[in-house]
Amino acid sequence: MHPISSRRAEAGKASGTPTRHSGRARRLYTVGNPRKSTTLTVMTALFTLYCLLPLVWLVINATKSQADFVSSFGLAPGREFALWDNIVEVFGYQDGIFSRWLLNTVLYVVVGATVSTFLAALGGYALAKLDFTGKRVFLFVVLGSISVPGIALAIPQFLLFAQLGMTNTPWAILLPSFINPFGLYLMWVFTAEAVPTGLLEAAKIDGAGEFRTFLQIALPLLAPAGVTVLLFSFVSIWNNYFLPLIMLKDPAWYPLTVGISQWNKLGSTAGNGALIQNLVITSSLLTIIPMVVAFLGLQRYWRSGLSLGAVKG
Amino acid sequence: MDLARRFDADPPATASPDAKRPQTATRKHRRTRIALAFIAPFGTLFALVFIVPILYAAYLSLFQQKLIGGDTFVGFANYGKLFRDPQFWDGVGRVFRFTLIQVPIMLIFAMALALALDGMRVHGAKFMRMTIFLPYAVPAIVSTLMWGFLLGVKYGLFGSLNDALGTDLDPFAPGTTLISIGLMVTWAFTGFNMLIFYAALKAVPRELYEAAAIDGANEFQVVRAIKVPALRGSLVVTTIFSIIGTFQMFNEPQILPSMVAGSGVTTFYTPNLYAYHLAFTGSQQGYAAALALVMAAITIAVAYAVQIRGLRNASDQ
Repeated sequence: MHPISSRRAEAGKASGTPTRHSGRARRLYTVGNPRKSTTLTVMTALFTLYCLLPLVWLVINATKSQADFVSSFGLAPGREFALWDNIVEVFGYQDGIFSRWLLNTVLYVVVGATVSTFLAALGGYALAKLDFTGKRVFLFVVLGSISVPGIALAIPQFLLFAQLGMTNTPWAILLPSFINPFGLYLMWVFTAEAVPTGLLEAAKIDGAGEFRTFLQIALPLLAPAGVTVLLFSFVSIWNNYFLPLIMLKDPAWYPLTVGISQWNKLGSTAGNGALIQNLVITSSLLTIIPMVVAFLGLQRYWRSGLSLGAVKG
Repeated sequence: MDLARRFDADPPATASPDAKRPQTATRKHRRTRIALAFIAPFGTLFALVFIVPILYAAYLSLFQQKLIGGDTFVGFANYGKLFRDPQFWDGVGRVFRFTLIQVPIMLIFAMALALALDGMRVHGAKFMRMTIFLPYAVPAIVSTLMWGFLLGVKYGLFGSLNDALGTDLDPFAPGTTLISIGLMVTWAFTGFNMLIFYAALKAVPRELYEAAAIDGANEFQVVRAIKVPALRGSLVVTTIFSIIGTFQMFNEPQILPSMVAGSGVTTFYTPNLYAYHLAFTGSQQGYAAALALVMAAITIAVAYAVQIRGLRNASDQ
């Protein structure tokens, strides 16, 4: 920071406040480190509270027994701390089907996100660094498909997969998740910027084939964008509800989202029968914990990926 | 976003320099074959999950399912029926109204938050930025369950509030359900949009701010002359993504009826919910396919109109 610019900045800003003779003892406000504003902080904090409130509610209520949930105030703890009992009950309910749903979700997410990211990298690399006829048409169709609403697509997908006999199998969830047009776009832009063509030529002169050049030279350079695409796929598959809802009939193949929704229905359709809201709430909490951890741990990749998309947008 | 212009103006599309050198026919042929091998896995699957289903749906939309006699070819009768179907237009009208109110509110909040957090004048900015983004990680089913319980009068805070004040407020009465859904959607996506704006603001060169400070610009002038113009491109992108998102609203109205009685959510509350009920409980696949295609066309048309308008405004500046 240039000292003159910072002092000028402060002079312009602090015209209403008393002049500071003891400037050296005070902190110098600069363009890079301006004075904090209480008003702005309070306003932002209010919105933060709105974002946090349901999550706090979820954590508090996951610690209550069913009896406490029905009888106690929503944001106050129950009479007993039943979190562990609830977790044990979640994993034991209906012969432990929750762990099956968890494994299904992990399968869909890990296979789906990995394959879709790899295919996007492969395609993005070809678009950025290789020549082929029909490239423009291909790009136009794929990028155009980004604006096709996913749900409008899901019903045609279901009708086709039903014809092919693939509904009610994991393939009905996996195959659509392998294609990520936005990921292909990010990979294309990133390859063009981050992978020097000269480096690829050098590898080929050294006798490496096209595929080996991609794997050993380009792929490591694409890692930052790869993590971003991986994250986007991870979230969209983990949170996917509509596609598995229509594709799957057998609860043994459900992901967590559809499973929890079925448990939630159980209480209401059974009338005054089995009320298992404590299980619905605890399983919801268990479902979002891996996502929250992934989000907080990989925050900077979100920003870098989004700025990549934003600059080009 | 401007897809067409994007790939016309692309620097990436011009490939390696030796592509421009004269090549023997066989070499060029070989290169094309290699490139196709790279693109084939994506291309094949893309055809299977995007192109073929749409063509198949277009084909199916020309048939009607009858209890007796099976499928009969009816030409464009499904489309004609759809345009006269008051239930379809009720849903379309609802998502239009919802979009017109919810999307501007959400994007104004997202932009204001991005400006506040980027200005570095807020205490605990990093914590708040992460917290506001966090709801994006929550699946729609979990968010609907949380808000359904939280706002519901039976177990939720509004029940406690009504008991305490003797009032009779119900966030899930037929007249208020859509507002509550707006609260859920805004909760889920403001942080995501904020992060897009925030990333655009971070891409502004710092020297611009220093130059503005030397010129004696005050904070409001900096926001108006530097920051808001920097957000214009992102605003077009976020608007289009938000419109696509709200037009296909499904999860919240599908789950709510199993949580609260008398919420006013019908089987045709949104066009997608209607298509779902037609295809899976009504066994009217042909009609549902026509609905899905018409809805996709409406969405693309609106997104395209926003894009044209957004770009025209941007180039006016």
